[in-house]
Amino acid sequence: MSIGEQYITIALFVIIGVIFPAVTIFVASLLRKPAKPEPQKYLTYECSVLPFGPAWVQHNVEYYMYALLFVIFDVETVFLYPWAMTYRSFGLFATIEVIIFIGVLALGLAYAWKKGALEWMRGWK
Amino acid sequence: MVEDLLMKVLRGLVGVVAVILFLSLNVLFLTWMERKVIARIHVRYGPNRAGPYGLLQPIADMLKLLTKEDIVPEKADKLVYNLAPVVAFLFALLPAAAIGIGSGLIAADVGVGVLYITAVASLSTLAVLMAAWGSNNKYSLLGGMRTAAQSLSYEIPLVLSMIGIVAIVGSLSTQDIVAAQSQTWFGIIPKWFIFYQPLAFIVFFAAVVAEMGRIPFDLPESESELVAGFHTEYSGMKFAMFMFAEYIHFVVGSALVVTLFLGGWHLPVISPMVENLGMLKYLVQVAIFVAKMYVIIFVLMWVRGTLTRTKVDHVLSFGWKGLLPLALANVVITGVVLSI
Repeated sequence: MSIGEQYITIALFVIIGVIFPAVTIFVASLLRKPAKPEPQKYLTYECSVLPFGPAWVQHNVEYYMYALLFVIFDVETVFLYPWAMTYRSFGLFATIEVIIFIGVLALGLAYAWKKGALEWMRGWK
Repeated sequence: MVEDLLMKVLRGLVGVVAVILFLSLNVLFLTWMERKVIARIHVRYGPNRAGPYGLLQPIADMLKLLTKEDIVPEKADKLVYNLAPVVAFLFALLPAAAIGIGSGLIAADVGVGVLYITAVASLSTLAVLMAAWGSNNKYSLLGGMRTAAQSLSYEIPLVLSMIGIVAIVGSLSTQDIVAAQSQTWFGIIPKWFIFYQPLAFIVFFAAVVAEMGRIPFDLPESESELVAGFHTEYSGMKFAMFMFAEYIHFVVGSALVVTLFLGGWHLPVISPMVENLGMLKYLVQVAIFVAKMYVIIFVLMWVRGTLTRTKVDHVLSFGWKGLLPLALANVVITGVVLSI
């Protein structure tokens, strides 16, 4: 099997992965009973009280901090995979380099830890 | 040339249909099994009205969901709201393409294997965020934000814990990874990666449970505080799509654990016996794989029946302060041991 064939299959997965749920939802819309619209039905659910204010508000910055940290460490893992695939041909030298690389990133994690970037709601304590 | 392409497309289509069928059957069975197992842990009977042992319950549920009214809240972002269930299903389905349930029984044996799986699996966060934002509901949005933070945090230990295995095998393809686990010690003790990489197994297992959003990491839809999290506003078939996607994650996650750490379709004693049996060989392989998968699934249901939900800050600090250093240590240990 050539490389191209695998990706044709993946492309088919993407196409059918979109069509299948879309068709299912469409078929369900044909099968169900006609809707009986009532204004209350279309209110946003808020435990039976009338919803107040929009939900699209500013969120805690903590979520953003985790996203930032994620970007750093995710790029790191991308660099580690080529090493894992080819360490046989580079031997001990590459392994020492990778250990230094991980050491630098562990230092980064320790710094983030010390600075309290991993603490939830640290501004509230 | 055109005929060649047509053949490839046809072969691909067979793979897609086979994967969707396999997943659908497992999901149908799982919805029943989950309710039954949890009920037994609670000392209840669980579903027992529709068919023998309530086995037809999933069919009844499906018919009910098909005919339910579809309510779109007035304030919702209609486009994002309607698109989210489709996206959720798509990114739940895609990882299954690169997981084999027997030697050669794989839809697309892509060279980047496990990397592809984690890449597309992590995109399902997007669907959750779309649903959360599109609903314009406070509970949904809180659940969605938590999901994003949680799956980002556990993505890194998940990917890092697989590096040891990739280094041992020297390939990313799931077929090669399973093939590397076919040997045994003295013919009875299997050379599975759980014995080579026990630390990685612990990290991977915890991270996979968190990525699936199951108890003890089910913050995305912690029903006692957020109603139902990101799919609070969904009803009918759109809700069903989210449930479908969630159970596909369950199946794919368990299949991934079996593939990476538990020897896939290999079992000592039995596997060498059926090696020359032709078609029967594949049947036995699939049976072994599915049996192992259901062991993992049962353990996860058991965990759900036993543990409680963790607080969001505990979940995140467990990922960053517990699993991440462990996963990094595992990479270093594996590197040193392999190089010596």
